[in-house]
Amino acid sequence: MTPLAGYLILSAMLFCIGLAGALTRRNAIIVLIGIELMLNAANLNFIAFWRFSEHSEALTGIMFVIFSIGVAAAEAAVGLALIIAIYRHYKTTNVDEVNSLKG
Amino acid sequence: MTISFLIIAALILAASVAAMTLRNLVHCALALAVAFAGLAAAYLQLNAQFVGFAQILVYVGAVAILIVFAVLLTRGGEAPERNVFSGDWKWGALVAALVFGTLAWAVKHSFASDRPLPTKAEVTVKQIGDALMTKYVLPLEVIGLLLTAAMIGAVIIAMKEEKK
Repeated sequence: MTPLAGYLILSAMLFCIGLAGALTRRNAIIVLIGIELMLNAANLNFIAFWRFSEHSEALTGIMFVIFSIGVAAAEAAVGLALIIAIYRHYKTTNVDEVNSLKG
Repeated sequence: MTISFLIIAALILAASVAAMTLRNLVHCALALAVAFAGLAAAYLQLNAQFVGFAQILVYVGAVAILIVFAVLLTRGGEAPERNVFSGDWKWGALVAALVFGTLAWAVKHSFASDRPLPTKAEVTVKQIGDALMTKYVLPLEVIGLLLTAAMIGAVIIAMKEEKK
């Protein structure tokens, strides 16, 4: 296995672990953690492709990851605020019990 | 395929599996911090030092701690639930396995993954700063606006509702 393929496989495994957690866990916070893991898998792909590219002085991979980290931080803040608001309303963070649009 | 890569990969995968399967939510958040630190090590190994340290600052320092706060505010750390997985977890696991199979097949048969490691000079922080202030200045401003809006939005969403 080539070095780039190793990083791509690692990233794919990380993405699928996050996907499995987001799809199977009941707690909304763990679902958010799974989404964070999937975002990080994408970032690892960007960095790996940047490192193995011919024109690494263009800095495209690094710039994309820096902005992606910024967007992920905003997403985490809003997502956790939503979970806290849902908890205050329903008194639970179990996504199976939060099943009505107009509660 | 060096030893250091294998160690880092094993650390990342073990920590992320632990973050997805442990019953106690605080333990999950701490395992997530370990996974983020392992990813930062992977970035350092790929010569992306700035991104590695940004990863530590933003993810290990802010996002993981924010998740711990959310766990404590929602009292998720007190009593582990009876069943942490939802009823139809088999379908979720099947979907994830299928996605991994597709991705691994694509990586294995792609000509792009045969590239050798190019030898090249280090990327300095000065170059990144120059690029952020010239070529990427508009995205930088947009991300600043997005972070401000997200901060205000998070405060308003999580604010206590007024008693009527």
